[in-house]
Amino acid sequence: MSTTLLAPGLADLSHDAQRLFRGVLDAFSHPGRIVELRDAPAGPGTLSPAAVAFLLTFADRETPLWLEAGVDKQEVRDFLRFHAGTPIVQAREAATFAVIIGGGGEPFAGFAIGTDTYPDRAATLVIEVPALDGGRDTTWRGPGIDGAVRVAIDGLGEGFWPAWAANHALFPCGVDLVFASGSRLIALPRSVAVEA
Amino acid sequence: MPDTTIRDTSSQDAAYNYAYLDEQTKRMIRRAILKAVAVPGYQVPFGGREMPLPYGWGTGGIQVTAALIGRDDTLKVIDQGADDTTNAVSIRRFFARVAQVATTTHTGEATIIQTRHRVPETPLTDGQILVFQVPIPEPLRMLEPRETETRTLHALSEYGVMQVSLYESIARHGRIAKTYNYPVMVNGRYIMSPSPIPKFDNPKLDRSPALQLYGAGREKRIYAVPPHTPVKSLDFDDHPFEIETWTECCALCGSTESFLDEMIVDDTGKRLFVCSDTDYCESRR
Repeated sequence: MSTTLLAPGLADLSHDAQRLFRGVLDAFSHPGRIVELRDAPAGPGTLSPAAVAFLLTFADRETPLWLEAGVDKQEVRDFLRFHAGTPIVQAREAATFAVIIGGGGEPFAGFAIGTDTYPDRAATLVIEVPALDGGRDTTWRGPGIDGAVRVAIDGLGEGFWPAWAANHALFPCGVDLVFASGSRLIALPRSVAVEA
Repeated sequence: MPDTTIRDTSSQDAAYNYAYLDEQTKRMIRRAILKAVAVPGYQVPFGGREMPLPYGWGTGGIQVTAALIGRDDTLKVIDQGADDTTNAVSIRRFFARVAQVATTTHTGEATIIQTRHRVPETPLTDGQILVFQVPIPEPLRMLEPRETETRTLHALSEYGVMQVSLYESIARHGRIAKTYNYPVMVNGRYIMSPSPIPKFDNPKLDRSPALQLYGAGREKRIYAVPPHTPVKSLDFDDHPFEIETWTECCALCGSTESFLDEMIVDDTGKRLFVCSDTDYCESRR
């Protein structure tokens, strides 16, 4: 039995989750907007507070979670199982949510993209990045954006934006993304076209 | 140090969880809302719960509002534009009781506006959320009763049947006779029912800076239009979409730009036109 103490989850379950949800909804409604999640809990391991906040707000026993090897630590599993009750799965296609570091390689391969008749049955991926600004300049256009918005997320792999273009082309199917860094996040729903 | 303060909940009805729904249900609705925002105009199925009011009285809208609302919010509820009708008053009181939330009748002060069948005349702003109560979310339902079939039509973006129905209206009446629940195309992909708002309000949905969420309780569907999203009312090149106009102005505030209700005010059939949006009308008097 582990003697390490479990990191605390949401201090005030109902009201903290509500506030965090509104932050994430603000991010999804305004892709490219950097949203600061105040009071995001610190959480275990290397997970960013924003990723922890996202998972504690949305994940539960109905939403299988896939963790990239870099974050898949015992303390992270214990934390999420205890506070969210979420099953942790090995198969990407079974996951409702996933946590990925940096998005290198083929970041979206294997995750559920929904179907033409049920595009909502697609995964939401949380991508841990070193910073939400200072990276390669990109221009985002689509629902939620007034014209265009410039975003410069740092630490993404070379093949990331071509992979996103392929994902966006699947619309209305495709995965949705949340970029997390510290207690801040940016959302990128599949409806948004990115010019890299 | 973790926050161990026990917050004062004395003014909230302690018999219920905050905002009436349990946390599991709110999480499920919140996940549906995120997917609805990610696919504008697509109807996301959700596990609708029984609410303490009958279907048709806003059970969908009230569940969406319950998943959104927090103690920092200010809620406005309108029914056909009015803040003082039974449905609006009871829903406003419901949330004041179960969610300790501040309420208002002023459009500009509200963070969440739940509405039945109108969009406020006062332009909405970034950060406001408009929650529509939707009786029949499927715009193709009156043309195709089978859910499996309408779902396929949406998947294939096969909307000829809707254009034909509008054409038949022109052939029969000389114009598109639909005056409310007028179908719209969202972001060039999904045909969506804007709920039974008058077509007068359709242009307000287009590229609105506010987030629009639609909740259908009986049919258990949630859909959304994110801010700044193009919403086009369907029409033909030679029969462009037009909104209603009146030769009268509002008898109370004199507005010539708002949506007017026709009232019969005495036994001799005397008629009066007044603004449907009570807050807008009062603010102008």
